[in-house]
Amino acid sequence: MRKSLLSRIPAALLLLAVALLLSSCGWSMWDSPMTTVRPKSGFGRVTHEIFMLISWWTLGIGIAVEAGLLWVCFRYRERPGAPIPKQVHGHTVLEVSWTIVFALILLIFAIPTISAIFKTQEAPAATALRVDVGGRQWWWEFKYPDLKVVTANELHLPAGQTVALNLHAPDVIHSFWAPRLGGKRDVVPGRVNRITLAPDEPGEYPGQCAEYCGMSHANMRFRVIVHTKADFEKWVAAQQRPPVQPTDPLAQKGQDLFSQSACVGCHTIAGISGGVLGPNLTHFGSRKTMGANLMVNTPENLARWIENPGHMKPGVLMPDLGMRGEQSKALAAYLLSLK
Amino acid sequence: MATHAAYMHGTKLSVGSVLWSWITTVDHKRIGQLYGVSAFFFFLVGGIEAVIMRLQLAQPDSTLVGAQRFNELFTMHGTTMVFLAIMPMSAAFFNYMIPLLIGARDVAFPRLNALSYWVFFSGALLLHLSFLAGTVPDAGWFGYANLTSAQFSPTHSIDFWMLGLQVLGISSLMAGFNFIVTIINMRAPGMTLMRMPLFVWMSFVVQFLVILAFPAITVALILLMFDRFFGTLFYAPAGGADPLLWQHLFWIFGHPEVYILILPAMGIVSEVLPTFSRKPLFGAPVVIYSGIMIGFLGFGVWSHHMFSVGMGPIADSAFSISTMLIAVPTGVKILNWIGTLWGGRIQFSSPLYFSLGFIAMFTLGGLSGVMHSSPPVDLQQTDSYFVVAHFHYVLFGGSIFGLFSGVYYWWPKIFGKLLDERLGKVHFWLMLIGFNVTFFPMHFLGLIGMPRRIYTYAPDLGWNFWNMVSTMGVFVIVLSFLVFIWNVIATTRSGAPAPADPWDGRTLEWTIPSPPPVYNFATEPVVHARDDFWVQKHGDGHGAPPRKGAPAAHVDTASIHMPPPSYWPILLAGALFVMFSGALVSIYQVVGGGLLTLYCMIRFMLEYHHQTDVGPPAGGPH
Ligand code: HEM
Ligand SMILES: [Cu+2]
Repeated sequence: MRKSLLSRIPAALLLLAVALLLSSCGWSMWDSPMTTVRPKSGFGRVTHEIFMLISWWTLGIGIAVEAGLLWVCFRYRERPGAPIPKQVHGHTVLEVSWTIVFALILLIFAIPTISAIFKTQEAPAATALRVDVGGRQWWWEFKYPDLKVVTANELHLPAGQTVALNLHAPDVIHSFWAPRLGGKRDVVPGRVNRITLAPDEPGEYPGQCAEYCGMSHANMRFRVIVHTKADFEKWVAAQQRPPVQPTDPLAQKGQDLFSQSACVGCHTIAGISGGVLGPNLTHFGSRKTMGANLMVNTPENLARWIENPGHMKPGVLMPDLGMRGEQSKALAAYLLSLK
Repeated sequence: MATHAAYMHGTKLSVGSVLWSWITTVDHKRIGQLYGVSAFFFFLVGGIEAVIMRLQLAQPDSTLVGAQRFNELFTMHGTTMVFLAIMPMSAAFFNYMIPLLIGARDVAFPRLNALSYWVFFSGALLLHLSFLAGTVPDAGWFGYANLTSAQFSPTHSIDFWMLGLQVLGISSLMAGFNFIVTIINMRAPGMTLMRMPLFVWMSFVVQFLVILAFPAITVALILLMFDRFFGTLFYAPAGGADPLLWQHLFWIFGHPEVYILILPAMGIVSEVLPTFSRKPLFGAPVVIYSGIMIGFLGFGVWSHHMFSVGMGPIADSAFSISTMLIAVPTGVKILNWIGTLWGGRIQFSSPLYFSLGFIAMFTLGGLSGVMHSSPPVDLQQTDSYFVVAHFHYVLFGGSIFGLFSGVYYWWPKIFGKLLDERLGKVHFWLMLIGFNVTFFPMHFLGLIGMPRRIYTYAPDLGWNFWNMVSTMGVFVIVLSFLVFIWNVIATTRSGAPAPADPWDGRTLEWTIPSPPPVYNFATEPVVHARDDFWVQKHGDGHGAPPRKGAPAAHVDTASIHMPPPSYWPILLAGALFVMFSGALVSIYQVVGGGLLTLYCMIRFMLEYHHQTDVGPPAGGPH
């Protein structure tokens, strides 16, 4: 009775684990939009190679130790009438040798690790595209000092070019993490940290703040949009143009509302206002998402946001300005006209 | 004193005087039980917090508790599990078992011991008063500056956390010194350091970690207190300070703290395996040295919690190497435990099951730890669910399995009743399965980009399935605890009474009745070997025959003088509480509480000042 119980449960567990693993591969779990195991940049690949190296080794060691443990348990389980076992106190040679083996295995990890540490933290070439990344409670600002472009929550990059991201935080500590492009780097007030990376392929890569930064930490998301070189140039040119005057009457009304209300205290729209507490809205209409990548940029979402930002993002530092109905619709129409 | 006499002689008492006798007790065994009950209570509190968190995360865009409440939950869950569940559960074993394992009548300073408990109680109370006040700590158990500054956390929530932890720190420090003196001074004759049981050894290392690590967090918290109350700028970038100062101070405490949580469990496992495989611990000296080594290296790796903050390649490399080094003594320990089982005659009782669970799960936690000792890899893993998986494999799969092994192992000694073996095994299998279903998927979640400490996530990221699985696992864990509680209730009512030595044990606690008498040992044991009791019963296994202990001389146990109870520990702890909580109310309460504390301290110190007959030095048979 005891034996059958003992021998069946671990086997069942093992089967369950294998089944879960297999099926998870079947669902191509590893392809999730924020996966770390399908890197799309040089930085990400260096990291991933070491991850795979260590993973295989630790998986092997893990299986060996667990199997050894199980085997010992079956082999030496109590049998009726067995004598008291030999009182073995230790075995010096054995212990010295497995200590050395452990140390050697770790050396296999240490050498590529250190080489990768230095490789990934090299100073970027002077030709790298510079972007200043500001982590704020709870959104991201992206400034391109050489291109005179400012965006929020959507970082546009050209494929195949090295980018130097300079990270800084005006309030509390955040962490910049776009998993498919590489590891995270904290954004620490009073410091400028750096990530250098070169995205390989055009595409959209979601990212998220990874260091707990207060109430809406979970809602501090962003999106990296990697373009072909030509598309990127087009995007830059569009961003550099001043926003066009709205023609639609509703949007025109929204513009008046915007410039007469407290919005201007926090937001910049080129030619209209110069606030810096909130995201720059100059080309807001060209963004796919709003609220730090929280939802799709539709007139309805936008109007709801303006009416009650705290409802969509708890703790948000943008106040409810009392815009309702027609007003919020007008503001939304105006902002979405800013392509 | 009447109640004390009654306790000594086992007479029946009224409810009021029973309560009073617990409040004023200085007996290490009762203090151990107080710690144990409190720890289990807070373990349930932390567990409920965990269940609510998992319910919130079961589905994307869930609105069960909302952002603020979720942040409070993980902060209190982490803080509670670390400081109010695992540490005091270890303290329960230190208190109850160390004197028994070294053949002493009590700890070195019994009243200080009572004081540690009541100060712990005050700290826990202060922390949890935040629920009543409606401002619950919400900055995580590591409370990173500068999010905790008055500017970004303007309510009292962080104050409760900061003051509560300071009080808890005082308690740990007092206990640390007490046990160091106890272990150095009060071992039975013949018990050299190398003959000392492994649990005592690991506890010994832990006490040094406590007294060296806690000052670091105390300093960190005092600086934070100055920042919050008096507007200093120790962590404020606005004042030119670096908020990373907090992280360095915190992790210089926080990393050794992890070993404070795991070493006692390692000690327990090192007692349980030899007993149930009926062999001495394989390579005991190596296990001892590797414990010391782990403790020592534990102070040199704090910055591996900070690979993502931008310390530069040289610091990253140095901390990476020192972290990998820790894997060596840890791995050696695991092989030694397997070596102990090897060639043994393994008796599968419930304490052994939990120890095996410890080895199996802790190995996985250790290996995922090795994975993020490599900074490039860690940059993808830190602050993701991979790390949540990792540290739960160490703390739950390690500490909790190890501590439960101790609970099943020593329960008959402590309560004089055997726990039901069948229920124990059901508890074990449910806990093992539930634990793995809950936490293994978190490795996957981390690898596919789920950050930790988020109360919600978008539905299109591929995280939904594993989150649901993980939440379902929690209910299996909950079920396993219900089985345990049922086991305790049922066997307390009608369990088999435990003999003095139910497991054919190897160490001194099994030589005395279950539960032990107030004075522990009627006559002082004399120790001739490691596993002395085993050698007495079965010989040393190398030809020497069983050594019969000397015939027990008749001892008039009524004449054994034990320290009398005292109400000054609880009063002093209360005064300390008044002082610390005053910081939330008014400066007058701080000053008043301070004066009260001073008064109680003096009375505490002078309690026996007038007495000429204070009996033999407390606790020791020397
Ligand atoms: C029923 C068992 C448990 C469950 C389901 C559970 C679940 C969780 C979850 C969901 C988190 C939040 C992760 C995040 O968002 O970052 C967490 C955090 C944590 N848990 Fe547990 N946990 C359990 C037991 C334990 C135990 C036994 C310990 C022992 C020390 C522990 C220590 C921690 C710590 C230190 C944190 C970090 C808190 C923070 O981020 O400030 N947990 N746990
Ligand atoms: Cu953030």
